[in-house]
Amino acid sequence: MKFETVIGLEVHVELKTQSKVFSASPNAFGDEPNSNVSPVDLGYPGTLPVLNEEAVNFAMKAAMALNCEIATDTMFDRKSYYYPDNPKAYQISQDKLPIGENGWIDIEVDGKKKRIGITRLHLEEDAGKLSHHPEGYSLVDYNRQGTPLIEIVSEPDLRSPEEAYAYLDKLKNIIQYTGVSDVRMEEGSLRCDANISLRPVGQEEFGTKIELKNLNSFIFVRNGLAYEEKRQAEILRAGGQLQQETRRYDEKTKETILMRVKDDADDYRLFPDPDLVPFHIDEEWKERIRQEIPELPDARKKRYIEEIGLPEYDAEVLTSSKDMADFFEETIQLDVDVKQVSNWMMGDLSAYMNKHLKELHELPITPEGLAKMINLIEDGTISSKIAKKVFAEMVENGVDPEKYVKEKGLVQISDEGQLREIVTQVLAENEQSVADYKAGKGRALGFLVGQVMKATKGQANPPMVNKLLKEEIDKL
Amino acid sequence: MSKINQDQVKQLAHAVRIEISDEEATKYAEEISQLLTQADKMDEVDTKEVKPTTHGVVTELGKVLRQDKPVQSITQEEALKNAPDKQDGHFKVPAIME
Amino acid sequence: MSLFGYTIKELEEKLRKKELSASELVDMSFNRIAEVEDQVQAFITLNEEEAREQAKKYDEQSSDQKKLFALPVGIKDNIVTKGLRTTSASQFLSNFTDPLYDATAVKKLADEQAITIGKLNMDEFAMGSTTETSSYKVTRNPWNTDHVPGGSSGGSAAAVAAGEVLFSLGSDTGGSVRQPAAFSGIVGMKPTYGLVSRYGLIAFAPSLDQIGPMTQGVEDNARVLEIIAGHDQNDSTSANKEVPAYTEALTGDIKGLKIAVPEEYLGDGVDPEVKEAILNALQMFELLGATVDRVSLGHATYAPAAYYMISSAEASTSLARFDGVRFGVRAENTDNMIDMMKKSRGQGFGDEVKKRIILGTFALSADNYENYFEKAQKIRTLIKREFKTVFDNYDVVIGPTTATTAYKIGATDIDPVTANTNDMLTVPANLAGLPALSLPCGFSEAGLPIGLQIIGNHFDESTVYRVAHAYEQATNHHKKRPVLEGENK
Repeated sequence: MKFETVIGLEVHVELKTQSKVFSASPNAFGDEPNSNVSPVDLGYPGTLPVLNEEAVNFAMKAAMALNCEIATDTMFDRKSYYYPDNPKAYQISQDKLPIGENGWIDIEVDGKKKRIGITRLHLEEDAGKLSHHPEGYSLVDYNRQGTPLIEIVSEPDLRSPEEAYAYLDKLKNIIQYTGVSDVRMEEGSLRCDANISLRPVGQEEFGTKIELKNLNSFIFVRNGLAYEEKRQAEILRAGGQLQQETRRYDEKTKETILMRVKDDADDYRLFPDPDLVPFHIDEEWKERIRQEIPELPDARKKRYIEEIGLPEYDAEVLTSSKDMADFFEETIQLDVDVKQVSNWMMGDLSAYMNKHLKELHELPITPEGLAKMINLIEDGTISSKIAKKVFAEMVENGVDPEKYVKEKGLVQISDEGQLREIVTQVLAENEQSVADYKAGKGRALGFLVGQVMKATKGQANPPMVNKLLKEEIDKL
Repeated sequence: MSKINQDQVKQLAHAVRIEISDEEATKYAEEISQLLTQADKMDEVDTKEVKPTTHGVVTELGKVLRQDKPVQSITQEEALKNAPDKQDGHFKVPAIME
Repeated sequence: MSLFGYTIKELEEKLRKKELSASELVDMSFNRIAEVEDQVQAFITLNEEEAREQAKKYDEQSSDQKKLFALPVGIKDNIVTKGLRTTSASQFLSNFTDPLYDATAVKKLADEQAITIGKLNMDEFAMGSTTETSSYKVTRNPWNTDHVPGGSSGGSAAAVAAGEVLFSLGSDTGGSVRQPAAFSGIVGMKPTYGLVSRYGLIAFAPSLDQIGPMTQGVEDNARVLEIIAGHDQNDSTSANKEVPAYTEALTGDIKGLKIAVPEEYLGDGVDPEVKEAILNALQMFELLGATVDRVSLGHATYAPAAYYMISSAEASTSLARFDGVRFGVRAENTDNMIDMMKKSRGQGFGDEVKKRIILGTFALSADNYENYFEKAQKIRTLIKREFKTVFDNYDVVIGPTTATTAYKIGATDIDPVTANTNDMLTVPANLAGLPALSLPCGFSEAGLPIGLQIIGNHFDESTVYRVAHAYEQATNHHKKRPVLEGENK
């Protein structure tokens, strides 16, 4: 039997407001435990939540960027569950009236475009952090408690782990463009849970849904889903039945492990939070936020193709992260060949980032640096070959290419007299190759060029070497 | 007729993390049943067309939104002042699992 | 001299003229406490050392005398006070010696230089109507110490009635300021929802809770409300409105006032003695130039049921934070996290609290939400609507505050009809968010006070006070004071 995979994703994104969503405590990462808290965050008796306007703005911005309809009337609900990291034993969240609904984003997998629906986007508060100790206790830090969080729930429109990966990548990219979050999975500012089920091809009805947790990178999401896809298919093919359960992805064994079976007792008893009142988002407010949304990846890509004249593929790669796109635009402002900038970014820069698993903002290379380097090639100061060396130093150590080239004596030898001397000498030392070349063996010229480069430690201007070699051979 | 029995009361109590004895469960079941019987009288009122009310007076929220300005209100020491147990700047709790 | 018989205005005058010092006033309060507290049992925690120090400080630099300068106030123990133990009458919070901040209402009193004498007894987490569910002590009614002072703000009522403090703060979720005020023969006001900040009031049912002043007379009450009312950035349900000068509304003139008396408020559940006192009061209002009409508030019958569902549901989550992790008493010898929470809450909460949390949890469960919780919210809509219709035609709604006078301590034989009538009289004002005040309107044959309730339109405290004041000035009930055993009077 053939199965169709059905995947829906729930993504949580922390918003980088200055203060928390329902208290004025600083919204900061990495401070001393329990130092960025107020009695409100600690759930002290008598304290009350007051909504941070900026958190609403950010949530709206994200919702708009994801093409959601924005609620006109909305409110907050209490979602009850007891856990030490949840100080009030209820989370302030949104149930019936989320800020955003019915959105979508377009993804592309293997050259095929697909629109993925977004059911809802709502604003809520993050919980504190619990660390477990094998000695039989746990420690709680409430610094993260109250960080504004948006939960983005996709429609079950995804049909493969690859689509899930592409969706996450696009979602992250769009949110990064809006500037409302750092969306860094390694710091927990983006978190993802997945629901996956299988059904026989052609069947309308959904199969039994499994929830996957502990997916700490996009790759783990893809791998976890792929594992789960296989596992479920095997059970179903063997005539087995699945039960609704939550499973955890184990990064080491690359398997999913049962956490708990879901049952009817999972009742969060949601109801409108009486400490907060329903509120109204008028058209003026919505419009103000709409105006603040910067150009998003798809629009930028279109502009790169139509206005800058980049090939579609290049435009796609360059807009695939805000970092890249911003870097690209800053660089091309600097009187430099656009095609060269695109080539270097898509080639050596991307290769370096992939190889070292680094994001562009983590590297010391600057748009000014890249522009200078490209211009050094263009004006013949350095060869492309030398440029690769210089570039490596720029991404690694942030060197200034002009200074570096000077200090290391990497400036290309373009002095004709100087080069001609070397060429004459090389020809004298390689009579056989000269003979071969004259006999019509073109390859011999390449050997001779190599010898000249060797003699100049790679600094000879290659076109000039070619020209001089031919001239001198003709003289012989 | 009893609206709620001892077992249901115990289940609810567990859900909200309250340990109760069998005697308490019996007593609460009886008293809650009475309150629910009284509550069932609400069914006499036709509320099909009625919207639920959350507050007697609803304030305009626009006026109580907070500006995004961070304020450091208490120190770590104060945060932990009333903690039943603490360690290394954290609140300390027993292990989650049995 | 004692705290009896003086208004805030009169004391203010004496203090200004230096006929009285802050220390003398605070001494008066503590002397009275020493004299009668054994019998009244109104306080859970006293703030004696701090209060005396404060008074001394004020005496030394008393040039700038603020509105409540040196006046001794008692605070219900569900209103948090920085550096002063706040228990909500629960064992769970018996070690909660420093809530880290002051409730907004407390801060406003302190800003006007009132002096906090101590924290007052109440039903545990304000759940009850006798103050007997307190896990600390049973407060006695100063008019007859075999009787309860009412509740849940029983300590706040008794302390004022016994002259231990000049005034107090209570909180009212379903009648918890008005009912004890009626039982204890004082004036208690539940303001419009949102008028007084709830920041620092330990929540019972946030959509119903309001802090209100409890005083010997109407004028003092208006004066205290003027100070504690007002918009607070820390409370999203706080009304952003200018606070009127309520004391300026006390003209004594109610000519042409239109009074509505709901039939349901004088039904069979109301004790004949109480009914008679109310009817007498209505005659007095007519004498003063008001008109009195009978109206019907048909849905009030369902108010108690709706109230129990809504308040318990909200409470089940409001009290969820008492988990033994950050504050409060944690149970000893527990196996794991869940066990710790269950034992801490099981041991820390009393019966009434546990029962209501479980009821509220039931009402919010997926299977029952629509039939119980949402149904109650819809009844709430109808009650609100009914009052609106009445206030389209009338200035105030008047009836008894309670169906009977104060119960005997330990009474278990309260007639269900009486109990239901009691709830029906007070909870509609909470459900509809309306201001409602209780003031003395007579005494039973047994010498227990009877309370008259005046309900006003949203944010129309001025009219409520004007009506109450006119009645008070035309009668002598408020001049009576209880005599406690051992007093040399």
